[in-house]
Amino acid sequence: MDPGVDEDLTPDEISLTATPWVTVVWNDPVNLMSYVSYVFQKYFGYSKKKAEKLMLQVHQDGRSVVSSGTREEMERDVQAMHEYGLWATLTKSE
Amino acid sequence: MAGFVRHRRSKRIIATLSAFEADLLRSLAAQLVELLRNEEAAPTEAADPLEALFSGGAFSGPTTEPEDPVLARLFPNAYRDDGDAAAEFRRFTEGSLRDGKARAAGTVIDTLEEAGLPSEPTDEDLTIDVEIDVVTAEVWMRTLTDLRLALGTRLEVEEGDEDYWYSLPDEDPRGQAHHIYEWLGYLQETLVQAVAG
Repeated sequence: MDPGVDEDLTPDEISLTATPWVTVVWNDPVNLMSYVSYVFQKYFGYSKKKAEKLMLQVHQDGRSVVSSGTREEMERDVQAMHEYGLWATLTKSE
Repeated sequence: MAGFVRHRRSKRIIATLSAFEADLLRSLAAQLVELLRNEEAAPTEAADPLEALFSGGAFSGPTTEPEDPVLARLFPNAYRDDGDAAAEFRRFTEGSLRDGKARAAGTVIDTLEEAGLPSEPTDEDLTIDVEIDVVTAEVWMRTLTDLRLALGTRLEVEEGDEDYWYSLPDEDPRGQAHHIYEWLGYLQETLVQAVAG
């Protein structure tokens, strides 16, 4: 049987089912490295190792992509980051 | 000056503050609440609940970035290159974010007063034993963060600018404010270590 493709789907709709949005956390001179790492572990459930890697990326590169998903999910993540006092934005994944 | 430690047996997180330190922390937290409740910046609230319902009620909120740089830092634009999306996000989130931050600062004040901080401490030898569980510790972390963001923004703190602050004469009020900023950072660091360490 030919599994085929649903010819009604447009390329745009197909890309919507992927995870085209990301949450970006930006560096700021105030937040403590230990706290940023704690937040990544606590909120996202990341391992200490992964959380510290992301935190160092924020610190050294000025920003880091910390999560990806639907636009609604990323809005929730950004709101949570603002609750924790981290500077976060969401954007369409490039 | 002492920071937070985790009590080995009870697992509770404790710190002994001087009455001066506890009073300072309460005063800063109260100022934060006042800033967050600032009516001009807060979502417009109709006096009549029925009117509020018709004008959008819980769904109405500010759509523009706060003018005060501290508030702009606490509630940054969620979209960098999309003003309309940023405004929509703000409309639905800023009100509850403000409430959450004000409630957290209120919890810090309550903790200090329940630990015995009088409304006007006069006894210089008085110490306040703060003892909190992990859940309350996170509330404290958020408020310490907000206080440091507020002070850091007002002072225009930058990465690696310690030498500048240490070069200021003792009587310089900005240097004194920066000293408080650093003390809050010390409390925060010890609190994170006590919870996560």
